[in-house]
Amino acid sequence: MKYVDEFRDPVKGKVVLKEIEALVERIALCRQRPLQLMEVCGGHTHSIFKYGIEPMLPKAIEFVHGPGCPVCVLPMGRVDDCVALAEHPQVIFTTFGDAMRVPGSKKSLLQAKADGADVRMVYSPMDALKIAREHPDKEVVFFALGFETTMPSTALTVLQAEREGIKNFSLFCNHITIIPTIKAILDSPELTLDGFLGPGHVSMVIGTAPYEFIARHYHKPIVVAGFEPLDILQSVWMLLKQLTEGRCDVENQYQRVVPDAGNDQALAAVGRVFELREFFEWRGLGSIDHSGIRLKQSYARFDAERKFSVPNLKIADPKSCQCGEVLKGVIKPWECKVFGGACTPETPLGALMVSSEGACAAYYNYGGLELARLIRTRSAPNEASV
Amino acid sequence: MRRVLNLEAPPQTASIRRRSGKLRDSRITLSHGSGGKAMRDLIDDVFVGSFGNAALDPLEDQARLSLADLVSRGDRLAFTTDSYVVDPLFFPGGDIGALAVNGTINDLAVSGARPLYLSCSVILEEGFRVETLRRVAHSMAETARAAGVAIVTGDTKVVPRGAVDKLFINTAGIGVIPRNINIAAERARPGDVVIVNGTIGDHGAAILCARQDLALGTAIESDCRSLHGLIRAMLETCSDIHCLRDATRGGVATVLNEFAQAASVCIRFDETSIPVCEPVKGVCEILGLDPLYMANEGKLVAVVPRECADQVLAAMRMHPAGRDSAIIGEVSAEPDGVVLLRTVFGGERIVDMLIGEQLPRIC
Repeated sequence: MKYVDEFRDPVKGKVVLKEIEALVERIALCRQRPLQLMEVCGGHTHSIFKYGIEPMLPKAIEFVHGPGCPVCVLPMGRVDDCVALAEHPQVIFTTFGDAMRVPGSKKSLLQAKADGADVRMVYSPMDALKIAREHPDKEVVFFALGFETTMPSTALTVLQAEREGIKNFSLFCNHITIIPTIKAILDSPELTLDGFLGPGHVSMVIGTAPYEFIARHYHKPIVVAGFEPLDILQSVWMLLKQLTEGRCDVENQYQRVVPDAGNDQALAAVGRVFELREFFEWRGLGSIDHSGIRLKQSYARFDAERKFSVPNLKIADPKSCQCGEVLKGVIKPWECKVFGGACTPETPLGALMVSSEGACAAYYNYGGLELARLIRTRSAPNEASV
Repeated sequence: MRRVLNLEAPPQTASIRRRSGKLRDSRITLSHGSGGKAMRDLIDDVFVGSFGNAALDPLEDQARLSLADLVSRGDRLAFTTDSYVVDPLFFPGGDIGALAVNGTINDLAVSGARPLYLSCSVILEEGFRVETLRRVAHSMAETARAAGVAIVTGDTKVVPRGAVDKLFINTAGIGVIPRNINIAAERARPGDVVIVNGTIGDHGAAILCARQDLALGTAIESDCRSLHGLIRAMLETCSDIHCLRDATRGGVATVLNEFAQAASVCIRFDETSIPVCEPVKGVCEILGLDPLYMANEGKLVAVVPRECADQVLAAMRMHPAGRDSAIIGEVSAEPDGVVLLRTVFGGERIVDMLIGEQLPRIC
């Protein structure tokens, strides 16, 4: 595949790895602990595992898997709200596929569907709008989810619904914005990060300027990175280069996709329809100010939360679940006591085990041999009890 | 003088009377499943007309098959069943009818059996078009004829609109396994070689593209085909093939895991050696899917002793169903029960069973 295979070339990969090793040697000489690099975006987590990149890197480099998987950071109470909306007899509830399996306190959307709720998987919010056109007697609710990457398509769909005068379409809006969350992570006293791989697709919309504070105020380097294995290696190299040279800059490795200024049209559509919430609850991270997005008052007629009453309860994660610590990089996924035992991709307790972009699911599915052995020992008692 | 009604009419006459029913309706109604005249007309016109063979034609409640004939072919009966619910019913490279015949033939064939007889049981949704059913029945008949198997018994049910989606088909099949053939997942041994018979993921990708809601605009053809001819060629080259399985739902990755776990061995394979056609690569790239987990309907994974590998591969490549066959990996002892992949980028990772993929009905 042209324009893809070039970025998966193992020969070029080896060249970059050699350069990385040379830089790491220079840095490691004056350090006691490994270099911790956070990949903010779940897409990066997925690539790192899919291509087996982590074991190829020097041991002195550790990836910390950030909060950039919108499914993973969705609090359980919001899933319950989804289920409540979906079970409303008047509602056709539409959602992206990976949100169907996220466990709520009582059930997931998939279970609600099995219990008779009209839940439909769509590939785009425009598909949901099409369903609304086809079912004027029903209310079609779209489960709007994701960072700035998916926000423009939701915004454009609302604008389209407005143009067509469609009245039976609304959003259950759970869009979130990444910048306040990176800030919250940087403010966490437990944190020991040395640098960031910036999210590629989010940056395609917002550009690179919003990350300046990371370099200026927190003195951490950040490189906006692409998703192919060579993109990731090159971005790691760029971070190490900054560290050896004592620089903290915002750099853009993913220039073939990310314009430094972002996408004006996309931002304009988002700005027309959405506004910041005062605060929003993140699973594992708690409430973060100005991190959630909702529809503006002028678009309230498209807001499912205002059209229907949702329970909006705060539900604590299961006590055994340590998603929060994993999200902040305080512990590794396998250090969570329920990882691979009570919590598996088939029966997820925590959201990090649900999505293929979640750190725990990635370790479970693609982890190394030792992890496979650990999973086997942890799952053995369960099998015996069946 | 009144003639007494002859209740014991000769079977030929009865058969002719039954055949006289010609189905005139354009859509299936509940009466086509009621057991009466309408159902008989449907069966005669659509199914018997297409499938016609000596075992089916008497239209008894069961097919009667010669035991002596079966025994002469081998020492074990292979018996399998599968239901087909694919959506859409027609897709590039096949349709639900061809799938229902080939799928069950392949389930028999991977035991080394010669597939012989199939049943055909259909569940129809009220309102289904008779013309479409004819096309499906015709496709089943053609596929069975080409494969040298007979559809010898069947059943028809009609359910109210909405109780099934258009048409579901179940086929059961029987075949005979020749003496001295012993193919089983648990027989994978360290040193064995893993072979696939061509590009993977074609069927899954074809179904995804045939769904209009994705609007991908590529015409990928399903690999739907029977494999017993290919398997016979393989067994003629090496009768001691250790494992064989057709890689349907769950794809090649799932079959490899089944082998590794059943035989307590490790299977290592190389991402670059797996044949995947360019359009399938493209679809997987866009949708974030992995061809290793994509369904196939004409692909098998074989584990063969190393000393036979080259001859088996050569024999497979000579066969139309195996032209793009390739060796993709090998079996080792440790770590047992695990499948390991060397990625295109040179890294190594575990390949696990598929868990809860959100895909449309594919077979």
